[in-house]
Amino acid sequence: MKTLIRGGRLVDPKTSMDGRYDVLIDGPIIGEVSKSIRRVDDGTKIIDASKRIVAPGLIDVHCHLREPGFEYKETIRTGTTAAARGGFTTVVCMANTNPVNDSRSVTEFIVDRARAEGACKVLPCGAVTRGLKSEELAEIGEMFEAGIVAISDDGRSVRGAGLLRKALEYAKIFKLPVISHCEDETLSGGCVHEGRASLLSGLDAIPAIAEELIAGRDIAIARYVDAPLHLTHISTAGSVEIIDRAKRTFRKITCDTCPHYFTLTDEATLTYDTNTKVNPPLRSQEDVSAIKEGLRKGTIDIIATDHAPHEFTSKDVEFDLATFGISGFETALALSLGLVRDGILDLKGLLMKMTVNPAKLLGLEAGVIAEGAPADIIVFDPDMEWTVDRDSFASKGKNTPFHGMTLRGRNLFTMVDGRIVYNEL
Amino acid sequence: MKKRVILDKKAIGRTVTRITHEILEKNEGCTGLCLIGIRTRGVYLSRRIHDKVTDVEGITLPIGALDITMYRDDISKLRWPEVKKTEISFDVNNMTVVLVDDVLHTGRTTRAAIDAIMDLGRPKRIQLAVLVDRGERELPIHPDYAGIVCPVNENEEVLVRMNEIDGRDEVVIVKA
Amino acid sequence: MNWKRKDLLGIRDLSKEEMLFILDTAESFKDISKREIKKVPTLRGKTVITLFYEPSTRTRTSFEIAAKRLSADTINISSSTSSSTKGESLKDTARNLESMRPDAIVIRHGMPGAPHMLARILDSCIINGGDGSHEHPTQALLDLFTIRDKKGRIEGLKVVIVGDIAHSRVARSNIFSLRNFGNDVICCGPPTMIPPHIETLGVKVEYDLKRAVRNADVIMMLRIQKERGGTTYIPSTKEYSTLYGLGRDHVETARNDVIIMHPGPMNRGIEISDEVADGPSSVILDQVENGVAVRMAVLYLLIGGEA
Repeated sequence: MKTLIRGGRLVDPKTSMDGRYDVLIDGPIIGEVSKSIRRVDDGTKIIDASKRIVAPGLIDVHCHLREPGFEYKETIRTGTTAAARGGFTTVVCMANTNPVNDSRSVTEFIVDRARAEGACKVLPCGAVTRGLKSEELAEIGEMFEAGIVAISDDGRSVRGAGLLRKALEYAKIFKLPVISHCEDETLSGGCVHEGRASLLSGLDAIPAIAEELIAGRDIAIARYVDAPLHLTHISTAGSVEIIDRAKRTFRKITCDTCPHYFTLTDEATLTYDTNTKVNPPLRSQEDVSAIKEGLRKGTIDIIATDHAPHEFTSKDVEFDLATFGISGFETALALSLGLVRDGILDLKGLLMKMTVNPAKLLGLEAGVIAEGAPADIIVFDPDMEWTVDRDSFASKGKNTPFHGMTLRGRNLFTMVDGRIVYNEL
Repeated sequence: MKKRVILDKKAIGRTVTRITHEILEKNEGCTGLCLIGIRTRGVYLSRRIHDKVTDVEGITLPIGALDITMYRDDISKLRWPEVKKTEISFDVNNMTVVLVDDVLHTGRTTRAAIDAIMDLGRPKRIQLAVLVDRGERELPIHPDYAGIVCPVNENEEVLVRMNEIDGRDEVVIVKA
Repeated sequence: MNWKRKDLLGIRDLSKEEMLFILDTAESFKDISKREIKKVPTLRGKTVITLFYEPSTRTRTSFEIAAKRLSADTINISSSTSSSTKGESLKDTARNLESMRPDAIVIRHGMPGAPHMLARILDSCIINGGDGSHEHPTQALLDLFTIRDKKGRIEGLKVVIVGDIAHSRVARSNIFSLRNFGNDVICCGPPTMIPPHIETLGVKVEYDLKRAVRNADVIMMLRIQKERGGTTYIPSTKEYSTLYGLGRDHVETARNDVIIMHPGPMNRGIEISDEVADGPSSVILDQVENGVAVRMAVLYLLIGGEA
């Protein structure tokens, strides 16, 4: 089975190609990329991508698919369907499932389920510590054999510097990146950013230093043991500064941020809309500006979604009691394209942070459109206006603070390993 | 808007004088007498009667102002009626209260005013003085003193203008 | 003044004109409580529910008396249900109450934004009777009423608020109202009880009580909230009392006509001495009295007329 994506503007950050190209897909791989492919075999499916952008499928290094254990929030099937709609062809799912992904059997379950039902590729992230409890290391090696691509206790930091040190050292055997959620629990305990907005809302607050303190600690440990460390969902100006300084002398540091951290400020929490409750919390305008600057300068390597779907009832309560998280797959691309319109990044630079850099972090061959590469391809319209309607989300998680907003830019077509998994063209 | 003047400045003056005399005559002087004006224009009218009593009898009567908003029977149908202060600094127990209002129409305002006064104490009697009785009562209420009895059509409105608040004295009938 | 609000959720939402309108309306209602017959038929047939998730005698009683003096029917629902115990959700409770067709619900809740949540889902008027550390609008209004009554004005005054500013909804609401009228507001307390960024609200911070109260027109003492883990912000209540307890010597350095306020209930001997609490400058009982008038005004304005 062959597919020809014809007439689109190909933007491939890895090869620096940017122009009108046709892409011929042969089975699961890309067969040919050239200016004009006129002759095709009978039965080749033609996709008209004219006036659209053709790009490598996006790679998300941070999401929550909730299966096993929280199928009422999301399943691998619904989560990957949402991811595919949003333009993601590979996603890394965090370990805070039930049971926690801290053993071979859970990793195998996720891998098997994803293979059977996933609309896109799912790469599990294993836990650093058993049960995410920060007491003892999880069986990282066995999980590695079963298919994990990184380890993280996401949702909380690894408590105890000694334990994190061991994890960073141990993960070197498998060249697994350690992904760090930065939050000092003795300083956090609130639910919104500590700033003027929390002063006005009276909600218990999480100061920026709760994140920065652990970012600094984790970097120091990684540097000391010379191990790669990835800091995820970075949200503060201080974190950007700490990472920027660290990167100058230590190259094994990478980090990501999420669309909500460069789109919304803590002012959004003043309405007590629980869909704005996310961890780390939405920060101040200065933080948002610093995050954008970090993206522009390259301090921030990757844009991840931190797609965190929740059932309606867990958000339909008092702000204090609501769960943390935003359902992010289906708005991520549109929000990120805002960076291009704002002149923070060019299109190539943006795609770099959503394809090439994530692939590099995870050691994947994905994230490129070239002959012989896996046919993970998306086609999107960077200017199409659409109104976010959470009820039309493929994700079970309708928890988005962007409901009702008009966004620009929409993914229209997703192909994973040559299979068309989403097509709105 | 067509208007018809039924009382001018001079006529209002004469009417107030007549009502004052009627009050004094009926109550055989000022003993135990007090005046309570219903906000807004009843208050100014009561002050004029008060001053006239002073002219005639050389006595100052106790006088108060009553806001009946809290006692209205149509309050839940009104859009945010503003509550103003009731200022009655004397004891109404055993007094003869002369309620003063500008226009008597359905009688509902008077009913509210009577209830409001009864909550302040137990007067000996309550009398009602109005400048204009335009008829069309909805309650069994009758004025003791009426300046002018003037039935008007349903589509007409009686407007009392008083110098203290409106800049001139007149009573007019206008087509609504 | 055209009063348009369905709910009273916070002082921060209110304009000066709206606050003055409430105060003026309260003046009319204040006299009713002084009469022999302390009742008017104004809200006859209306139902007011007080839904209290935190223990409170003062505020709940004040609302109840206010409603009753306006002839409304009142129903009290007190629930000590903490967030952790598995009870009916706030939303379900509220929906159930609404089925009984109340005209207003006064809610006191330990979590900020709980009244806002109700306001979004219910047609009844919602009055915030205190939500966590967020706001306590009727308290700020009665304080404003008391200041106007005693001082004859509510602008250009030096007002000192002393205590746990960070966790006090009374402080927040008062800061919003007093700053809106252009008063000098000084927040005084240990730095652990002063929230960061407070100066963005236009207030000054002073850690030294003696310096703070000098030439003050109004001193507002806050209750040390033991139930909010208040003691973890200070070494001990004894030490707090030494540093921030208001005594007669403090009052003497303030203006001669200074008034001392406290939202109650007081911890006598901790944040305020007996001498000051019962002294000539204290207007603490006036606050309680005015609270009824202000709450009558609020109830009247919210549910008195046609929606």
